[in-house]
Amino acid sequence: MSGILEVKNLSVSYGIVPALKEISFHVDEGETVALIGPNGAGKTTTMHTISGLLKPVGGEILYCGKNIVGTEAHRLVTDGISQVPEGRGIFPTLTVAENIDIGAFIRNDKEGIKKDKEWVYSLFPRLKERMKQISGTLSGGELQMLAMARALMANPKLLLLDEPSMGLAPVIVEDVFHIIRQINKEQHTTILLVEQNAQMALTAAKRAYIIEVGQIVREGLAKDLMRDDEIRKSYLGL
Amino acid sequence: MKMKAFFSKLKDIRLNRWQRILLIIVLAGIVISAPYIIEDNYVLHILILCGIYVCLTLSLNLIIGWSGQFSLGHVCFYGMGAYITTLLITQQNMGFFQATLLSTLLTSIFAMLLCLPTLKLRGDYLAVITLGFGEVFRLFLTNAVDLTKGPAGIPNIPDPVLFGFEISSKQAYFYFIAIVVAVFLFFMKRFNNSGFGMAMMVVNEDDIAATALGINVVKYKLWGFVIGGGMAAMIGSFYAVYMGMISPTSFAYAESIKMVSMVVLGGMGSIPGSVLGAVLLTALPEVLRSFSEYRMVVYGALMVIMMIFRPEGIWARSNRMLNEYKIRAFESVKK
Repeated sequence: MSGILEVKNLSVSYGIVPALKEISFHVDEGETVALIGPNGAGKTTTMHTISGLLKPVGGEILYCGKNIVGTEAHRLVTDGISQVPEGRGIFPTLTVAENIDIGAFIRNDKEGIKKDKEWVYSLFPRLKERMKQISGTLSGGELQMLAMARALMANPKLLLLDEPSMGLAPVIVEDVFHIIRQINKEQHTTILLVEQNAQMALTAAKRAYIIEVGQIVREGLAKDLMRDDEIRKSYLGL
Repeated sequence: MKMKAFFSKLKDIRLNRWQRILLIIVLAGIVISAPYIIEDNYVLHILILCGIYVCLTLSLNLIIGWSGQFSLGHVCFYGMGAYITTLLITQQNMGFFQATLLSTLLTSIFAMLLCLPTLKLRGDYLAVITLGFGEVFRLFLTNAVDLTKGPAGIPNIPDPVLFGFEISSKQAYFYFIAIVVAVFLFFMKRFNNSGFGMAMMVVNEDDIAATALGINVVKYKLWGFVIGGGMAAMIGSFYAVYMGMISPTSFAYAESIKMVSMVVLGGMGSIPGSVLGAVLLTALPEVLRSFSEYRMVVYGALMVIMMIFRPEGIWARSNRMLNEYKIRAFESVKK
């Protein structure tokens, strides 16, 4: 297995305040990796740096062996990195179908788009029912699904999911994570997942990194971490 | 409430192809026959002004409504177009057509340069900066006496000759601006329905999400100013030859405010809204002349009333906008 994403000694600061201190991790092709941590640990910062919205002060990000630090954010989407932003970033005035259509903005292959659209609708039957509905009137869970569907329309190699469980009811969270597993299984899309909900993240991911105040404090296989006493206490509340 | 229902019904009317062609023929018939029916030159003048402001509002709406950058210095592009065209015609003996083309190009380039340092600014900050640009431009016009003849302005701009016809009478100018308005409307319609226009609207709504979709945010923001500025310059050129003389007072910042009012009153990001806003705000002060000195009071009161009853503009983008505001309000309560 080759590393599709490799982050080496990445440091990011907001002004003089450091947000990430030399963190390193890697994601292999076809796997789901979770970054778990509490509020303010630097999870979203990591995401934004990978997707090119933030510039690091040090370190490098290798994507398919190429350093992508400094590449403009919109070019990375063409290269296959698709991000589902925190808070979803759905366009509330557009309909569900239009939001999904615009996800394929960077693509020109009509056949492929059509095929992916069918697949996405089969993955999210709820969205198919609501195709003509104005997106702003969807529920939180449906919005999250729409955001994921839209990101998938760009046909990504690497899907970045920022807090998919945020503000959702537990039942809906389970639905969302079920679909995350399905995406990974059916399309072999590599997924990097950032989550506060450690329990759900660990059930979906193969491996996980635990991040606290800008540093990676633990890493390992998800099933090992789930059995770890310290982690059970501080993250799983068991 | 009744008015709202009426407008939403009006907006939901969808014409089929033949109905549309019929509508265009009827409208064209009205426009062609108008100068024969209206013999009063004053009324024609107001109609021509309406045409000018419709085009200006469309161009500013492209910047404010579509690309989402609040510009209070639109008069800068308008005046620049007028001055460059005038200078090219009077000093270089260029034809109107070539001069307009060149001044549009130059203004577009200038608009891009103006936009570049302001890319990171948004909302109120951008408004203040563009307001400043407008003022700088007016002061430049007033003080660069060698080039612009200062406050006295440039008189005796010759009438344009297009395809062998000399356009000099009010009637001819009326037809000319009618064609320009038609071209602008057609362009805006195509623009709005294109992927380009859609992408611009998406950037306007949420630039992080737009980036996440692979849309180059900077490019669309720049294009907003470039296209809008160029369109304003074209109309500035028309204004110069129509009036026959230009001076800095025609490009004071009150003009910018007027254009912004037209955009906001008509509806941001809406083509029919731009037309309505421009025509209303141009014609109203004339219609209200019977109130003599209370004219502006009535005008102001009408604007306040309109903004209370239709805060999203007379003819807002579509019913979708309304939904958006409701949801935003709801979300802010949730947080």
